[in-house]
Order: sequence, then C-alpha cells, then structure tokens
Amino acid sequence: MLGDVFKLFIENKKAALGLCILLFFITVAILAPVIAPYDPKANKIETIEVIETERGRNITVERENSDEFNEKRIYSQTVTTTYEKNTKKFPLNSPPTSEHFFGTAHSGQDLFSQVIWGTRITLMVGLVTGLFTTILALTLALVSGYFGGIVDDIISLFTNVFLVIPSLPLMIVIAAYITVKGVFPIVLILALTSWPWPTRLLRSQVVSLKNRDFIRVSKSLGEKHSYIIFREMLPNMISLVMASFFQSTMGAIMGEATLEFIGLGNVSIVSWGTVLYWAQTNGALLSGAWWWFLPPGICIALIGTSFALMNFAIDEISNPKLRKR
Amino acid sequence: MKYFARKIGLLLFALFVAVTLNFFIPRMMPGDPASDLIDKMQGVPPEALESIKVAFGINTEDPIINQYGKYLLNILKGDFGISLSRFPTPVSDVLKVAIPWTLGLIGLSTIISFLIGTVIGIGCAWNRNKSAATFTVGFFIFIRSFPYFWLGLLFIYLFAFKMPVLPIGGSYSPYIPKEGLDYFISVIKHAILPASTIIISSMGAWILTMRNNMINVLAEDYITVALAKGLPLKRIKGLYAAKNAMLPSITGFAMSLGFVVGGGLLTEMVFGYPGVGLMLFQAIQAKDYALMQAIFLFISAAVLIANFIADVAIMLLDPRVRDGGK
Repeated sequence: MLGDVFKLFIENKKAALGLCILLFFITVAILAPVIAPYDPKANKIETIEVIETERGRNITVERENSDEFNEKRIYSQTVTTTYEKNTKKFPLNSPPTSEHFFGTAHSGQDLFSQVIWGTRITLMVGLVTGLFTTILALTLALVSGYFGGIVDDIISLFTNVFLVIPSLPLMIVIAAYITVKGVFPIVLILALTSWPWPTRLLRSQVVSLKNRDFIRVSKSLGEKHSYIIFREMLPNMISLVMASFFQSTMGAIMGEATLEFIGLGNVSIVSWGTVLYWAQTNGALLSGAWWWFLPPGICIALIGTSFALMNFAIDEISNPKLRKR
Repeated sequence: MKYFARKIGLLLFALFVAVTLNFFIPRMMPGDPASDLIDKMQGVPPEALESIKVAFGINTEDPIINQYGKYLLNILKGDFGISLSRFPTPVSDVLKVAIPWTLGLIGLSTIISFLIGTVIGIGCAWNRNKSAATFTVGFFIFIRSFPYFWLGLLFIYLFAFKMPVLPIGGSYSPYIPKEGLDYFISVIKHAILPASTIIISSMGAWILTMRNNMINVLAEDYITVALAKGLPLKRIKGLYAAKNAMLPSITGFAMSLGFVVGGGLLTEMVFGYPGVGLMLFQAIQAKDYALMQAIFLFISAAVLIANFIADVAIMLLDPRVRDGGK
C-alpha cells in the first residue's frame, strides 16, 4: 500500500522535481559544516600557530611523604611558547567574489556561510513544525471524525473559528509576549496557529471513509477501534496526510521567516529569516546590497516550490480529473 | 434562512473567541511579560503605568472573571485602552488614522488580484494542455513561494532604488498640499509598488483554486452534453463552466483572506505604508501592547466580517445553499 503510493509519487514528474529540490536542501543542511567555508558569525579568520616552544630548567620545589621506601617530589617547569596569530579581516559589505560567493554583510560576515548554516535551522523548524502540526491535526481529525457526537461538534466549531481568525496577527501577538527567545517557542507558536486547515481537510476524509462499506463491515464484525483506525483508515489517508505535512511545513518555513524578519524570533541564531532581518535592519536595500537579501528569499521560494510541486502531484494522483489527458 | 442564521452565529462566536484570546494571551504567557515590561519602563507617566497594570491584571485584587467582564464591557464601548507609544492618545484614535489606508490598499489589491487571478485560472483550465497554461501555473507556484515581504523588498530595490521611477515608501508625498489632483496622483503613485506586491503574490492562490475548480467542472457530464450538442465554446466556457466553478472559488477566497491580509500587513511594514500593518510593526518595536492587541482585534474583525460577506454572497449565488439550507 505505502509502496504503491510512493511509486506513483515518484513517477510523477512534478513530485520527482519537488523531491529533488527538497533532498538538495536536506543535504546542504546535513553537510553545512563541510560546505560552509567560514564560521557564519565571524567577520575574520584568525589562525594561531605555535612557532617555538622553549623549555626552562627543571626546579625541584618540594619533597613530600618521603620515607625509606617511597619518595615523592614535585617539579615545576617554565615553558615559553611563541605564537603567531594571523588575522584576515573579511571585506565589509562586499559584492560576491570568488572568496565570498554571496558577498559579505555590513560588518563582514560571509553570507554564503550564513545561508548554508541557515538552511539547518530553517529546515529543522519547518519539518519539526510540519510534523507536529500534522500529528495534532490528524489526532483531532480522527477523534472528531471517527467518534462523532458532541466531541465532533466542539472540535469542528473551533476548527471553523480558528480557520477564519487570521493567523499571522495571532502569531505576532503571541510571539511578542514570549520572553523566552528560542527555536522551540517558534515551533510551538507556528503549530498552534496552523492546525485548523489540515484538521478540516483530514476530518472530511475521515468522515467519508467512515461511511465506506469496508469500514462498516469491520465495525459490524466487531473489530477494535484501534484496528479500524490504524490498519484500515490511516493507510487510505496516506496521500492526504502527506499533503497536510507538506503544506504545514511550507507554511511553517514562511511563518518562521516572517516572525524572524520582523524581529520577533531569536535574532542571534543564523537562519534565512534572521539573515533577512539583519539585511533590513542594516539598510542593505538602500545601500544596494542585493546579495544580502536575494539568496535567502530565493532559497525560501525554492523550498516552497518543492513542497507545492509535491502537493500538486498528490492532488493529481488522488484526483484523476486533474491529470493531463 | 437556516444557513444565514448559522453563519451569523459562527461570525459572532468567532468574534467572541478572538476577543477572549486577546484577553487571555497576555495572562497565560510564561515568564510574566507584563511585569518584565514595567520593570524596563522608566520615565513613563504613572497614569500610563496604571493603565498597563489594569490591562494586564497586575497587582489587582480583582478576580480574573471580573477583569474579563470589565474588559468585555470596554470592548463593547469601543475603549481599547491607551496607546503607550503615543501616550496619552487612546488606541482607538490611533487606529482610526491607519484604517482607511489599509482598507484602501489591502482591500482593493485583494479584490483586483482575485478578479485577475480568476480570469487567468479560467484560461489555464480551458487551455490546460497547452504549454503556456502549464508555464503560467508553474510560474505562479514559484512566485507564491516567495514571502510577501521579500517580494516587496525586491520591488523596492528594482523600481525605487535601481530605476527610481516610483517612490520608495509612505503613502503620499509630504511636499505637496493634501488636496486636489496632485495629491491624488501622489497617493496612487505611492500605492503602485505595495499594491503590485500584494496582487502578484496572492494571485497564484486564486489562479490555482479557480483552475482546479474549473477542471473539475469541465469533467462533469453536462459539459460533455453541451459540447456534444455543439453549443458555442464561448458559451460553454463562460456560462456553463466558469460560472459554476466560481462558487467554490468564492469560498476559497473567504478561507484564504486571512492569509492574504497577513501578507498585506507585511507589505505595509516593508513599504512603510502608514496603515494598520506598519502600526502593528511600530507597536511591536515600542512594546505598545494595548495598541498591538487592538490591531489584532481589528484585523480579526475585518477578516471575519469579510468572510461573512463572502458566505452571504454564496448564499445568494448558489441555489443549493439558498434552498437546501445545506
């Protein structure tokens, strides 16, 4: 079942392209320490080399606990080491060169290294939030769709309400109150404001599955709820769950970049959003430093496109009308 | 009528939830941000401090339920407290100045974008096997993946910095009198870049929704029959397919409105356009929580009401909803 879905998925050209882009960025994130030429926060390289080490004379300082058989002496020795420290300052606000592929920032940081390292945080926040949101939405959808009744009414009501309350202002208000600036609060804020869409989508699927014959048969045969939910319903929802995951992840990456851009994230970490934040704060735009804000935005768009393509492919696979004829 | 009553009920309940969230968010946050804020404030008039304490429920003997009651009452009276960054102006007065700009910019751009997007979507669905349609859809998927604020930055860079043909920010030129044709032209000129940002980045959503709805409709039997009967293609495209595909598109419009408005707010921030979005940005930076929360309420109310209008439009347009109470 899963294998079939995966095969269909890979055979779709859009999905394959989307997956390639995503895998590319995942590779970059994993290999960041290897790929990035410099420390993303440094504006110079310092190398320290030992030139010469000169040892002084040994001096006996004291003799302790000595008796006929044991002797213990403590020596100390002075060592003079000569170091050579080379500092190479990066050019300030420099356009792309062969040493700095994406140029440097206002105060000299290498922007290529920042974008590479930024991939890590951005992707991690996106994927973790996407996963978290999808699990939350799936749980709510299953509970409300499968069991129905008053619980369903309540969950559906709140889903519909939070669906229409604009999420960005809500996100901003919550983020503005959070005093602990870290990655985790951001994940939490993003997940708490983005669950309604996937919940609604998944719930309608649960409801439609619940009324299919094979589920009814299982129910009348007295199968356990857990068996019906996990073995019979979930496998049939894979494509929609995947779509929710892609959409949530994409939304999370956008949301993270937005919060960080307006300064509500943790500005001391290196992610695509914070690169844009610093670019804006230091007036990159009006000093003509296009290299500062162009790459992070393009990366975000590429990731977004990759998820959109995969989503599109899932739509096509599950809705044959959309396929080319 | 049942449909109408349900939608009104949902609108009121959603407004209530937004208002309630607004009350509880500052009180539920870990780390007591309000006390933190007060500790940091020096040289603030004591009345201002007092109003903040009341707003956050610090050092009051009042049980929370009483505070909540008073808060609700104040909201109903239109009293949102006093802006800290523009002390002692009431928040509602501060907001009043910004609202028209936002309604004009975001409201108009959204409608324009929806109309153009829908037309392009119809075209893309009708010609879906042509490469131009595939290219258009692909192009807008890519454009849609850029953050709004980033497209705004790009536009500023290209059209206000590299080729300075349009103003870089603001909503009108401060050097001319605020009246007459010149003022009008200046307002339009200042709106072009932010409006284009909103239109171009939100259009993709409408194109995709309309395209998918339209393709679904085109697969219906009655379209096949109409084709078989040899009805003029133009008639089938417009009257048979597009008209029916519009309905779910309007629902989609209502659903995505919150997202678009969010993007619009960011656009205002980037362009320094003196609407609610820029005000929200300034409120965040000045830690003017009263103003920030009033803005949240205003935006939520605006989106909820726009949603309600879309729902009513659906009711008027779709006989299935109108008669079936579905």
